[in-house]
Amino acid sequence: MAAGVAAWLPFARAAAIGWMPVANLPMPVAPTEKNKRQDELIILNVSGRRFQTWRTTLDRYPDTLLGSSEKEFFFNEETREYFFDRDPDVFRSILNFYRTGKLHYPRYECISAYDEELAFFGIIPEIISDCCYEEYKDRKRENAERLMDDMEDNKDSKLPNMTFRETMWRAFENPHTSTMALVFYYVTGFFIAVSVITNVVETVPCGSTPNQKDMPCGERYTVAFFCMDTACVMIFTVEYLMRLFAAPSRYRFMRSVMSIIDVVAILPYYIGLVMTNNEDVSGAFVTLRVFRVFRIFKFSRHSQGLRILGYTLKSCASELGFLLFSLTMAIIIFATVMFYAEKGSTSSKFTSIPASFWYTIVTMTTLGYGDMVPKTIAGKIFGSICSLSGVLVIALPVPVIVSNFSRIYHQNQRADKRRAQKKARLARMRISKTGSSNAFLRSKRNGLLNEALELTGSMEEEQQLNKTTSLIESQHHHLLHCLEKTTNHEFVDEQLYEQSYLESALQSYPSRSPSLSSQDGLTGTCCSRRSKKSNHLPNASAPASTHPHSLQELSAIHIQCGDQPPLSTSRSSLNMMPDEPGRLNCKSGQITTAIISIPTPPANSPEGDGHPPPSPAVQPGTGSGSNVVKVSAL
Amino acid sequence: MSCRKRCKRELLKFAQYLFRLITGTLNTDSVEDELELSAVRHRPEGLEKLEAQTRFSRKELQILYRGFKNECPSGVVNEDTFKDIYSQFFPQGDASTYAHFLFNAFDTDHNGSVSFEDFVMGLSILLRGSVQEKLNWAFNLYDINKDGYITKEEMLDIMKAIYDMMGKCTYPILKEETPRQHVDMFFQKMDKNKDGVVTIDEFIDCCQNDENIMRSMQLFENVI
Repeated sequence: MAAGVAAWLPFARAAAIGWMPVANLPMPVAPTEKNKRQDELIILNVSGRRFQTWRTTLDRYPDTLLGSSEKEFFFNEETREYFFDRDPDVFRSILNFYRTGKLHYPRYECISAYDEELAFFGIIPEIISDCCYEEYKDRKRENAERLMDDMEDNKDSKLPNMTFRETMWRAFENPHTSTMALVFYYVTGFFIAVSVITNVVETVPCGSTPNQKDMPCGERYTVAFFCMDTACVMIFTVEYLMRLFAAPSRYRFMRSVMSIIDVVAILPYYIGLVMTNNEDVSGAFVTLRVFRVFRIFKFSRHSQGLRILGYTLKSCASELGFLLFSLTMAIIIFATVMFYAEKGSTSSKFTSIPASFWYTIVTMTTLGYGDMVPKTIAGKIFGSICSLSGVLVIALPVPVIVSNFSRIYHQNQRADKRRAQKKARLARMRISKTGSSNAFLRSKRNGLLNEALELTGSMEEEQQLNKTTSLIESQHHHLLHCLEKTTNHEFVDEQLYEQSYLESALQSYPSRSPSLSSQDGLTGTCCSRRSKKSNHLPNASAPASTHPHSLQELSAIHIQCGDQPPLSTSRSSLNMMPDEPGRLNCKSGQITTAIISIPTPPANSPEGDGHPPPSPAVQPGTGSGSNVVKVSAL
Repeated sequence: MSCRKRCKRELLKFAQYLFRLITGTLNTDSVEDELELSAVRHRPEGLEKLEAQTRFSRKELQILYRGFKNECPSGVVNEDTFKDIYSQFFPQGDASTYAHFLFNAFDTDHNGSVSFEDFVMGLSILLRGSVQEKLNWAFNLYDINKDGYITKEEMLDIMKAIYDMMGKCTYPILKEETPRQHVDMFFQKMDKNKDGVVTIDEFIDCCQNDENIMRSMQLFENVI
């Protein structure tokens, strides 16, 4: 609950009088203030600078140092003030948090100093308000990265107890770790270069023999080139397999870009081995050899710059796409115009619009090969417009793209960051919200458990459960309790709600032997538990099985069968009076459709297991606590 | 404002937008001219006057005002803030409808905002008033249109609002007809002459005869 809102709690409680005439059940007793202190000013002396505030201001956040009794450790008897030997500047923001409910992060403050102060005063950083939260997270991340960078430089020492596989992977990823890795790194680099050069030289004509016309070296020294190719491919294959073996997650490794490049680089060779004889596909095979050039991309493992470039292009893709799109539009427009302008002239090269594309592209990029020129006057006019606009269309977006790129790149990063942070923050806020409602359920449980335990007089457990909740919390819980009484329904948490929802859905099927079927519908939970229970409760098993039969004429009732509690209970809960605090609300007057009275024979069994300890009524998760026997609806 | 004025304003805005588009000054942060009136500032009457009008002591008024002003620095609460604050106490359900009714009950002069005087008068009745006054206040809360009668529809609205605050995860599960049944029970109890409405006298009579209600009225005596 937010701080300032705690100040409104008296108002909310007063407004609860509006529910009173409507409620049918008596209200629970209000918690009293044990020691009603008048509000007083307290002095906080932080390294000599004195801050003063009301005590109730600090009490707003009872789970921090200043709001709890922890501050008594810092109380100075002689001067009657609380002395903290901390930074007074940061303390200013912290105290403002109590006053306004918002925690701000001052920008001039060092992030780690601020964090330390927050940790000291028991305030979690997630409370930082929106205006300062992004800044805080950014600086924190920067700091963390810087620390991590420093740490990585010191990480060259080999960690003990690394498996062979892990060593290999580390060697592959960071060649500087060992000499072996370095050697491997350079050898593969060398062979990549060799392979690429081979591919290139293969096509150079080396016609030194005079009788034959120039033929490319590849066809002249086939065997040599083939051996070279084989050697390279062998090395690449071995390297790939070794990486595959060493990868911590093979599936992820196989999906990564580098491994795909590796595969694509060596695949043509193997395909070529397989299909050497077939003449038809040799054309396709030749095309496949193009993919050998992908070996050059393997260099990106060796070059940081290539990787950065690749990442840049990838992230800038939308801008490039836009450029391409606008160019395409312009090309089509101008190609059409030129085509129709040159249609009239004889021996025009502009035979069709697609044929004019080439002219348009060459003109707009100011290349101007001159293989296609317009001859008509209209064509020349439009051609000049085309080249002028080409300059505009191409030259202008490029700087805009470059600056856009850097701006959008950073902005996207920030937006994603904010989105991720927001999700995390919302999750935390939701957790704290459910935390507050869970706190209520828990305290209810404790309260009722206390009552139940009082029946048996086991005092020691009661003291265990008596957690000290703050006055505000107990008042808030009392308020929620009143609401429960007014509406005669209880707050439960999600699991129990789901469970009871399922049961009510099952209940809506009318069936021939309703009792059995509804039981069967719940066999998963109920019968297995009942069989388990029959071990504990010899008296319960027999009447429990007769339970449904004797109740066949009755409408649907929920009966909670808890485990046999170690305490004896007074009366059968089925006939309980409405003023028994909220154990089984369905029994009391609200549900008029259910007939409550049940013949006595089953009375003893529910007595044993039907009167639940209060815990299963509201809490599903206490071990195997609650199972619900749904009795038939006719 | 009237439709014509609004249309004119929209048209003007659109023309401005076109102009800016053509001349190339398309900045998006220039359209904040239509701000609502800045927040109303309100200062409450003096401490002595409030002391005379309510049953709070001076110190209590001081504490109340400090809390009030902290949450609403402008000195008045508007309905949205009110709903927000009230919803924080009921995290599981939706408290906005009931908060709306509460707001109307506190806003006695119906000017759309609750000032400190309204706040403190309401609290004075609720916490320090006689049983008669409290019941009167509750009747006022239920009587949505303030005509002196509680009809079944009004009561149904209030009841639904209360049940909304419970939220979804309740035990036993809230059914559709639960509020209606509760309203029927309420009318059965309160409507003595069976004319379908509950008047203030019937209400007060019946509540004074009901032990539970009488006891619960004393529940919040020591809230401040």
